[in-house]
Amino acid sequence: MATKTYAGVNIEVNDEGYMTDSSQWTKEVANEIAKEEGIELTDKHFEVIEYIRNKVAAGKSLTIRGINKSGVVNAKIFYQLFPGAPLKKATKISGVPKPVSCI
Amino acid sequence: MENDEKYKLKKVLIICSKGTLEDVYAALVMGNGAVMEGIETKMFFTFFGLDAITKKYMNKLHTSTVGNPSMRMPGGLAFPTMLGGLPGVEAGVTSMMKKEMEKLDMPPVDEFLELIEAGGGEIFACKLAADMFKLKKEDFHETVKDIITVGDLYALCDGPGTQIIFT
Repeated sequence: MATKTYAGVNIEVNDEGYMTDSSQWTKEVANEIAKEEGIELTDKHFEVIEYIRNKVAAGKSLTIRGINKSGVVNAKIFYQLFPGAPLKKATKISGVPKPVSCI
Repeated sequence: MENDEKYKLKKVLIICSKGTLEDVYAALVMGNGAVMEGIETKMFFTFFGLDAITKKYMNKLHTSTVGNPSMRMPGGLAFPTMLGGLPGVEAGVTSMMKKEMEKLDMPPVDEFLELIEAGGGEIFACKLAADMFKLKKEDFHETVKDIITVGDLYALCDGPGTQIIFT
């Protein structure tokens, strides 16, 4: 367990940089984590982040299929918004645990 | 001289040569997983694996109930091969498998291919097998990029950090 400073706040993160206390998440924190991942967040990103945070808060698992059907973005745009490893990056920026699903 | 340097996996080529439900899904899950990890992904379907990308058959794949010693009854009892050959058994087992897969949010084959394509993965059909089964580009799902030869296939595998996976 480690602590990182994002937007002037000490945030608890695990070895991989995922926030361990989702309640510490703010938009400012998200912006700074995103910058580390090389992403500049837009309103569309925040819509996706909101969807992810709500899903996780409801105890549901995240899959690329779920995101494709979310009505917020389709899979193609999701890949464009978070290029590289989209679900890993999106969850990291959303301040929720790394997804454990294989799909 | 020993070289302990580790190379990050950059590109995978996944070859699917079988058309049973579980073989196709093994390939699709690995392909989709690779795309989601940001790994450049190519998928090559050949022989009976072509069923997975043939519009007519792709969403009607079956699991084989004959000659599969790992298949058990619900509860873990052995499943006799003789029973697997009875009419309707294969369909019943397949429908059970599909139900369990749906519970895990595993998409149908066409949707899975679309997700892979959306992430930049590329899907190819084998020319020799397509010729053999008399299949043309229009018989294949729209996510199929091209029908290619073995030579084309190896040409796709250039660059360090590339792996070929045969399922």
